[in-house]
Amino acid sequence: MVGIVSYGTYIPAYRIKAEEIARIWGENAESIKSGLGVYEKAVADIDEDTATISVEASREALKRCGIPSEEIKAVFVGSESHPYAVKPTATIVAEAIGANRFCYAADLEFACKAGTAGMQICVAMVKAGMIKYGLAVGADTSQSSPGDALEYSAASGGAAFIIGENETIAEVKDTLSFTTDTPDFWRREGMPYPSHGGRFTGEPAYFRHVYTAAKEIMKRNNLSPEDFSYAVFHMPNGKFPTRVARMLGFSSEQIEQGLVVRRIGNTYSGSSLLGFSAVLDVAKPGERILLTSFGSGAGSDAFIFEVTENIESYPREPKVWEKIERARYIDYGLYAKLRKKIRMV
Amino acid sequence: MLPRFWRKIKYRYRLVGSYCENCGEYYHPPRNLCPKCRRKGSIKEVPLGSEGTILSYTVVHDAPDDFKLQKPYVVGLVKLDCGAVVTAQICCKPEEVEIGKRVRAVFRKYSEEGEDGIIYYGTKFELI
Repeated sequence: MVGIVSYGTYIPAYRIKAEEIARIWGENAESIKSGLGVYEKAVADIDEDTATISVEASREALKRCGIPSEEIKAVFVGSESHPYAVKPTATIVAEAIGANRFCYAADLEFACKAGTAGMQICVAMVKAGMIKYGLAVGADTSQSSPGDALEYSAASGGAAFIIGENETIAEVKDTLSFTTDTPDFWRREGMPYPSHGGRFTGEPAYFRHVYTAAKEIMKRNNLSPEDFSYAVFHMPNGKFPTRVARMLGFSSEQIEQGLVVRRIGNTYSGSSLLGFSAVLDVAKPGERILLTSFGSGAGSDAFIFEVTENIESYPREPKVWEKIERARYIDYGLYAKLRKKIRMV
Repeated sequence: MLPRFWRKIKYRYRLVGSYCENCGEYYHPPRNLCPKCRRKGSIKEVPLGSEGTILSYTVVHDAPDDFKLQKPYVVGLVKLDCGAVVTAQICCKPEEVEIGKRVRAVFRKYSEEGEDGIIYYGTKFELI
């Protein structure tokens, strides 16, 4: 059965604390932290971007499974911060990992769910017999307007998954998408920062899509929350995934392992995938995992995974939570320089 | 600049270098001719591996325009485990670098040709 053969992750070392951002904008850090559920976030260095994060995560995935890179015949990179408006990040990733030259490749964009969209394409291509192995990456160095609420959460990081049929560590039992035209978050061409609909991003956007997709995939597979060991929902902040889990009937124990947002922020296309990777880091054979991403605009991709025996012998070090611990804290001045918020003349 | 970089993408992204089948030496950047064996040498392209040791380094304080946001930064000579010596940036603070420290190759951005130009990527090293 088609599934995940390997995975890799990358989280930049720099972190900025909510207190430091609040200090600059004269806001109350404690109320931001308790309101958003984000304490600090990962920040890309001056020489890191979506392409470098994607390459590092993909190389880790390849190293862990030992598959020759020429056997990768599809590369899809999902991001809302591709380094080029025109020139695919997937070409840079395919070249850097040494993928087969006869390689299906494209960049995907669907706010925070472009990475899971790439996974679905790879699953379909493997099932159709078009490829043996495909690589799907979700990575971002997300931008936020200075002083905007998004600044506390918009973070950098990513995860890569090799999809195939042999030696899978987790089988894809089912996947579906729920899509509507919901204007909750957008960025027009040429604009440096995204805009959002404020409170509109909650009920009609995140909750409706994540809830509907998760509910439907469980229903059509005759499963209920207690049939899952873990659930991972997209993490725009620490509150939304906790609340949607409760709405669906999942316990806090089922989501805790994947709740990486408090410590690294919302890594957009990497967000639910980094949470899912943190779950794979500790998952045991036979365990069932529900993954539901969300992309503004809006849509959700839901997956049901079942962990196989192969995970026992699969090398999972260093784990996502270990990478989260390797943090170097920076002040707002350096953060502003790294994120190019200082106007250079 | 553009065609020159494009021709070297393989060597910069993936640390592909040269191996002389006659004397067993590895080289980076790649060579058409083995400097030891000359005409007797037999050069082929091989991946050089991703780990090595810092042979020497310097800290750049007076940086060119493309790199001024990174200063002060470290440039080092890294002796890869196969023996080839690579000149590259080492991603660490100047006070952290030491001769003999182990490093591994990472994929990073080198520079970009302004806001509308091409972005150059390649290999740098980080401390293990």
